[in-house]
Amino acid sequence: MLVGTLVYGFINSSILALLAMGFNLTFGISGVANFAYGAVYIFAGFLTWIGLNSFGFPYLVSVLLSVLCTIVLGILMYYLIILRVKGLALSEVMATFGLGLAIMELFRYFDFVGFRYTLPVFFDGSLGIGPVFIDYQRLIIAIIAVGLTLFIYLFTHHTKIGLAFRAIAQDERTALTFGIDSDFIGALSMAFGSALAAVAAIVILPLGTIAVEGGYEVLINALAVCIVGGLGSTVGILVASVVIGFAQTFTANYLETHWMMLVSLIAIAAVLIIKPSGLFGRQKELEERI
Amino acid sequence: MKKRKERIDRGIKARSEDIFALSSYREMLYLLLPRAIPVVGLLLFTPLLSSYWQEVLISTAVYALLAISWDMLISAGLVSLGQSLFYGIGSYIAGALNHYWGWSPLFTIPAATVAGGLVCTAMLLPVLRLRGIYFAMVTLVLPLMLLRLVEATRILGGTEGLTGLDPFPSQLTALYVIQVALLAGLFGFRRIIGSDYGLIIRAINDNDRAVLSAGLNIHWYKTQVLFLGASVGAFAGAFGTHLDMFAGMPGFALDYSIMPVASAVVGGMGTFAGPMLGAFILVPLSEILRALGTLRIVFYGLFLVVFVVALPEGLFHYAQRKYHQFERWVEVEK
Amino acid sequence: MNQSPMLTVHELSKSFGGVQAVNLVSFELKEGELLGIIGPNGSGKTTLVNLVTGFVRPDSGRVVYKGKNITGQPPYRVVSFGIARTFQMVRPFYQLPAFKNLIVPLCSPRVKKLVGGKYGDRDAVALDLLEEVGFERDAYVSYKVASSLPQGYLKRLELAKSIALRPDLLILDELFSGLSLAEVASIVPIIEKLRIQGKTIIMIEHRLKELFRIADRVMVLNYGRKVAEGLAQEVMENEEVKKAYLGSEE
Repeated sequence: MLVGTLVYGFINSSILALLAMGFNLTFGISGVANFAYGAVYIFAGFLTWIGLNSFGFPYLVSVLLSVLCTIVLGILMYYLIILRVKGLALSEVMATFGLGLAIMELFRYFDFVGFRYTLPVFFDGSLGIGPVFIDYQRLIIAIIAVGLTLFIYLFTHHTKIGLAFRAIAQDERTALTFGIDSDFIGALSMAFGSALAAVAAIVILPLGTIAVEGGYEVLINALAVCIVGGLGSTVGILVASVVIGFAQTFTANYLETHWMMLVSLIAIAAVLIIKPSGLFGRQKELEERI
Repeated sequence: MKKRKERIDRGIKARSEDIFALSSYREMLYLLLPRAIPVVGLLLFTPLLSSYWQEVLISTAVYALLAISWDMLISAGLVSLGQSLFYGIGSYIAGALNHYWGWSPLFTIPAATVAGGLVCTAMLLPVLRLRGIYFAMVTLVLPLMLLRLVEATRILGGTEGLTGLDPFPSQLTALYVIQVALLAGLFGFRRIIGSDYGLIIRAINDNDRAVLSAGLNIHWYKTQVLFLGASVGAFAGAFGTHLDMFAGMPGFALDYSIMPVASAVVGGMGTFAGPMLGAFILVPLSEILRALGTLRIVFYGLFLVVFVVALPEGLFHYAQRKYHQFERWVEVEK
Repeated sequence: MNQSPMLTVHELSKSFGGVQAVNLVSFELKEGELLGIIGPNGSGKTTLVNLVTGFVRPDSGRVVYKGKNITGQPPYRVVSFGIARTFQMVRPFYQLPAFKNLIVPLCSPRVKKLVGGKYGDRDAVALDLLEEVGFERDAYVSYKVASSLPQGYLKRLELAKSIALRPDLLILDELFSGLSLAEVASIVPIIEKLRIQGKTIIMIEHRLKELFRIADRVMVLNYGRKVAEGLAQEVMENEEVKKAYLGSEE
């Protein structure tokens, strides 16, 4: 039981990390609010489904197309909406939130709810690790999660573009004086974030169904992980995902499944009391902002 | 010859400043009219409506209260994406007091208002010290999580909620209670914001470091504003509980979080009358569009986006400007 | 009573992520003095002020004011003890008229305690204060929106905001920067009037000539350390001070 819990806890953490990463990249690291994240996630899932079922494309093609389209959606969102209200954090949040809402409820109107729509897993079958069997899909999720985290960390700390992402959030004016085109970098960041959301959707959705509620869940979970781990810190996301992921799995296995949500709530409450800016958060309280 | 637009105060505005307002009936009317319209309109004309439309109006007033409390919070720089938190907590407290201890609405509503305000303030206290965006995130997440928590743990009635609670003596009573509350909230908040206290609040939003160095404890002020906004929201929730005779998970619904924000964006932030106006436009509109089902929320969302991008100042600011000032083309001097 | 120092700063230190901004700085200030703090850019002057007034927590050291240990107290408390400061980068409440800018400090607990005041009275007090710092009453400058005022007036507004708090110790951070000689000359009498009223003042300045005319003593900081202290003449003879400002041959 313990090994199983540990393994599935790890998987759960990977899922959370994967979900939170795209959101963290645009919002936490680049400072571009994207509260339509859940909608983008679902959007990618549906596109893949449409590609597979309505157009009969092979899986790989559908996946690639949907990632591409999601990136386009992200960039469109940026140039049409975010750019016009940039600088006013409130407006960015409200505009993207409104758009995300519109998209998700539109899907609901077109009846994409419930159990009807699913994506097939990549490979059937499972692998045995000790006494536990994990299906290949979950394994792939874990591998991709770890890989992407590493990639993002290295990317934002060691590549020119990645550093530019962080620069525009810290001090846009200074970034501009360094020749960083903050508008373009913001769009790039949005594109990356959307791509990450799409990737997450494609690997995670096969585990369940594509449903509008899932979009809201994604936003909630991403927010929860970011709050606990600290907005903007890749390490924080990782640690928070591990903490919450394992705590949730342990609760589900040793107590009862419906206490899982309580775990996230307790995590948030604890963080808010001890270190409100998140475990690795770098939000400065007033005293340090001079 | 190049021309530019110039905006000047209307003559009557200048003539009705300060004590000169009493100089003639015209000036007094100029000042009183905008204020009288909501008061007279609400208190005198609404009982004449059909029962169905009275219901719509009550619902509108509830949303308007939430919108006004949102506006109060934003005046201090607190962006709330979760008015439903206040509504839901107020609703549950009133419901619980009525269901388990049999208190009548006369007592549950005031009690839930104060207790709800305290509870919500306590919950959000840690995030007050951080950047505004954190406040937005936490207010967004908390009601959604509480919703799922209630569903999972089945406390306070779980998915069914607390049913069979005491109603108001009549629809007319409910109508008047909420309208008086709304008007009190509107004029009260406007008074507060216009006073020196309100100046401090707006200053905190503008430049909190300056206020801190002026010897004021900004965290305490922010806490007070949070309590004000939260209590009004809790009042709305408590009222709603006795209106529907039900307290449950729908109290934390996304609707209660989005509508106030949309109303404020449409109507104009910072004026209190603007969000109220926005609510009075959006809620009846959505009633009429009810036939479209959940397409309603798509509509809200798009509305929100369009207004934030295209007309950020909101309708009320626009109307106010037109009322007080006129425009004309002037030649550009060399 | 007159002999014990009003302010004692003892071995104050603060580092920001590896950069030692303030390094074991100690000094004393007697009541009624005007102390000038000078030093090249980045020498830690503003950080020192932030440490004393509570905007930044020191890593080590002590600040004692009128016999009371005020180390690490939040800024609003420090104000209530009687210390007020101005900021290097003036940032008024731009949307408000100049005199409304003063309402906020006039609402602080300290002012309420010392003067009392209800709604409406504060406007009059604010207008009087602005006149004291040189806002010409008949030009109605005080009613102009802060965003339309030039730097000279903004600096005076900043000064007025700190005077409004009725401090006993006033810390002015680069008040003269960005002002013309004429403007400086017109502000100096205001400072001298404050001194006659018995206020103790610390001035951080780059404009040495103007500062030396009014300062009793001068303290020099370089790289976070105090390198000299004393009368203006003595201090400027100091080799280290010269090196700090002018650089050295190596």
